[in-house]
Amino acid sequence: MRPTGDVQEHQTATTGLFLRDDFPILQRMVHGVPLVYLDNAATTQKPTVVIEAEAAYYRTSNANVHRAIHTLGEEATRQYEQARATVASFIGSPAPEQCVFVRNATEALNLVAWAWGMDHLSSGDEILLTVMEHHSNLVPWQMVAKRTGARLRFLPLAPDGTLRLDALDTFLSERTKIVAFTHVSNVLGTITPVAEICRRAQRLGAITVVDAAQSVPHQPVDVTALGCDFLAFSAHKMYGPMGIGVLWGRLERLQEMEPLFGGGEMILRVGLESSTWNEVPYKFEAGTPNVAGAIGLAAAIDYLRGIGMEAIAGYESQLTEYALLRLRSVPGIEVYGPESPRGSLVAFNVPGVHPHDLSQFLDQQGIAIRAGHHCAQPLLKHLCVVATARASFAPYNTRADVDALVDALGRVGDFFGHVGS
Amino acid sequence: MSDLEDLYREVILDHYRNPRNRGTLTGDAVLHAELQNPTCGDEIELALAFDDQGRIADVRFAGRGCSISMASASMLTEALRGKTREDALELDRQVQAMLRGEGDPPSPDQDLAALSGVAQFPVRVKCATLAWHALEHALGS
Repeated sequence: MRPTGDVQEHQTATTGLFLRDDFPILQRMVHGVPLVYLDNAATTQKPTVVIEAEAAYYRTSNANVHRAIHTLGEEATRQYEQARATVASFIGSPAPEQCVFVRNATEALNLVAWAWGMDHLSSGDEILLTVMEHHSNLVPWQMVAKRTGARLRFLPLAPDGTLRLDALDTFLSERTKIVAFTHVSNVLGTITPVAEICRRAQRLGAITVVDAAQSVPHQPVDVTALGCDFLAFSAHKMYGPMGIGVLWGRLERLQEMEPLFGGGEMILRVGLESSTWNEVPYKFEAGTPNVAGAIGLAAAIDYLRGIGMEAIAGYESQLTEYALLRLRSVPGIEVYGPESPRGSLVAFNVPGVHPHDLSQFLDQQGIAIRAGHHCAQPLLKHLCVVATARASFAPYNTRADVDALVDALGRVGDFFGHVGS
Repeated sequence: MSDLEDLYREVILDHYRNPRNRGTLTGDAVLHAELQNPTCGDEIELALAFDDQGRIADVRFAGRGCSISMASASMLTEALRGKTREDALELDRQVQAMLRGEGDPPSPDQDLAALSGVAQFPVRVKCATLAWHALEHALGS
């Protein structure tokens, strides 16, 4: 691991801020050439420290948590709760118990929608979203709105892909019960002013739910400074394992929420007819949790902290700026989203070449990007496209990776040729 | 690049660049279907007209998608002309089996045979089958 240092010092063409050697998968070849992994917004690769932390847990301390009265059980419980404390301090949570372990950001958002939404929404209430939400912060609200009679409203976008904050007051009213929105768009890279939206929403009594899946891995995030009620993210997009994520909530919100799943761990007393619930966060963690995943997430956070989130944000911002500059040199290319500030991803289309074909072509040269609707169909409809290509960056990526992408894009037109219609 | 050229054979790229039978049909006897590929948003619209002997007299397609989905649709329109409903469904069954790697091309000298390379790319099979699923919808099968 590289020590924390000046961003500029690491802005070299071929060495990233993260060392490629820390990530075993980046050593592999794809179609006979070294892998250039530019699909980090879908999932990031895992450093050895994360892989080893999970394996070490299974090798040395595996036992069920919170029940076993034996050495392994105590070790497992201690490591699991230590992981919660690591998450809490990473996102500025006042207390560890405000961090509920779930499977991923999708489950976290569903938990809020169902457990908070079903008990607090009724006919005529409004849920305010934005048109650029990922399906995971849209479909759960559609489902809950259908059952409660609440109405969905959508904050529009300006032509440059930023949120129309000037329209916020016309959408917010006493009827607004929930404002749920993404911190960083997974297609446009738009960064939303979370603190301002939360302040204005709370003035009218609405609760705020932030989808932070694309922000927590890339920039410092402090829940207290943001002032939201809930915040959701996934470990696998921040160099941690798949199958573990976090719902952070204000204590009073988590306390007023009923559990969604019943079972072991989440109860205090169980009778034949009824039961009482355990404390927050355990009442939301029914059944045996993903202990190894939580430990792996904590290892990922330790890795990120060893480099520093400020340094990561700075490095990615410069790399993305370079990518935008280089991509715009491709003839006819269409790049989506605001100029700056933006998250470390760029969605684009090359004229006459469908993103699927583009992605297939790039794969042959070892370059992995994403092609499709990025689980944001309403946004793509808004952009009047059926699909886009997307390159998304991590601190192991370099200018050389961007150059490889842009050079390949220069050749793709020759392969597919002119397309008539 | 041999894998890539196996997928994108010249005849496929030709159908993509110069699609056959693009458009739509109107009339009482025309069967229509519209379908989307939920994984990528590709969309296709198919229109079939039958003659009074119950044979397909005209086929048109419209839509937006990748080279594989559009070439497959273009080839479908050429292969269906003159076929009865039963023949069309039999061809559909054969093509889908070929695309899954479970069967030979229905006729080796047809353009459709070029799509057999798709079987090696599991993620792209859905692109190639989109038009054929639309055919099943249109025929009410």
